[in-house]
Amino acid sequence: MVISNKPLQFLFAAIVACIPFVGFANPAVDSTHVTTEAVAEHHGEAAHEEKEFNATELINSHIGDAHEFHIADWGGHPISFYLPVILWTNNGLEIFSSEKFHHDNEGHHVVDVNGQELVRYKEVIFYKDKFETLTEEERKNGAFAFDARPLDFSITKNVFSMLMSTIILFLLFLAVARSYKKNPKAPKGIAGFLEPLVTFVRDEIARPNIGEKKYGKYMPYLLTIFFFIWINNLIGLIPFFPFSSNLTGNIYFTFVMAFITFLVTTFSGNKDYWGHIFNTPGVPFWLAPIMVPVEIIGMLTKPFALMIRLFANITAGHIIILSLVSLIFIFDTVAVSPISGAFVLFMSVLEMLVAALQAYVFTLLSALFIGQAVAEHDHH
Amino acid sequence: MVLAGIGAGLAVIGAGLGIGKIGGSAMDAIARQPEAAGKIQTAMIIAAALIEGVALFAVVVALIA
Repeated sequence: MVISNKPLQFLFAAIVACIPFVGFANPAVDSTHVTTEAVAEHHGEAAHEEKEFNATELINSHIGDAHEFHIADWGGHPISFYLPVILWTNNGLEIFSSEKFHHDNEGHHVVDVNGQELVRYKEVIFYKDKFETLTEEERKNGAFAFDARPLDFSITKNVFSMLMSTIILFLLFLAVARSYKKNPKAPKGIAGFLEPLVTFVRDEIARPNIGEKKYGKYMPYLLTIFFFIWINNLIGLIPFFPFSSNLTGNIYFTFVMAFITFLVTTFSGNKDYWGHIFNTPGVPFWLAPIMVPVEIIGMLTKPFALMIRLFANITAGHIIILSLVSLIFIFDTVAVSPISGAFVLFMSVLEMLVAALQAYVFTLLSALFIGQAVAEHDHH
Repeated sequence: MVLAGIGAGLAVIGAGLGIGKIGGSAMDAIARQPEAAGKIQTAMIIAAALIEGVALFAVVVALIA
């Protein structure tokens, strides 16, 4: 295949091919729409002049997930890459473009989908009639108001970014595999760059922590999470479309990663591992009612800490960079920009280190937990 | 909001002291035995990650509150 011989060129071509999807907001669909929008726009402009720059709002919208990929504002109109909204409603599956919401996140714009009226409030889609009965507090925690909203399986910004990174990794490693087939001697090109990383995961992470005999079985998993987390951390640092989504700083994503580590650890646990949980050696049997719950909580806190660590580190980095950029707009002067720019550069370079370090720490601790589960103890 | 900030600050002080102690001790150990630098670094990062985990629990509590 010609495509996979040149992964970077293919990727570039794919990005260029996506450009037609990037629409300008407010397309003149029909006359009634245009008039309502013109009125709304007029109100929007009036409000815009009074509106102060809100750093918290800006940062929250940048680190959060979204139904459309916002690229820039041009002359007051947002330019976005519209991603599909996929909903499981009371009437079954509904698929439509996120363009229909017209960038509304306040629950004002009503979208009619096959007779069902939907509104969006802070990136959560509700049924309009049920949304109106919710209190302010319930709306804010809208993600948990399951009876007031359809199930949302949309390809959001984060899902889009995840699929993209999967494709990048797939093409990258396919190219590496092909180069080894062609050239069984010393690796060249991209293989020469990735081989030291693979041997690093093997020799520094898997072997010492899991053990000489058993590490081979877990290498595919460890390599997958290492490269997957690393590339997604780096993608989050690139500040323009189609990158820039805060995927590894999303608690749901890190939850799934940590949960997979938990499953791998639990299912590879041997007799000794379970023995230490339910019948800890050297502890009198009447302490079991205390020891067993403590050990089970210990089983769960380890992946929980993995989840929180990755989430908090990446989110904190993004918040710091965005806060530094926001300083220019808070002080409302160009004079701040050189200082703020220098700090952003410094933080970005530091974040590149953190990106690799967090991927390393996640993989290392996963290997450590797996190693604890498969270790064989000598009983005296 | 202010209380959450104070709580997060206290957690950061604790974690800072802990990680600082680990870093300092690791430096000492590497200075004494430079040939064991690799092993010491791995152990240092594991210990730092565990402390950081506890600090992050505190930060999450502060965020929720």
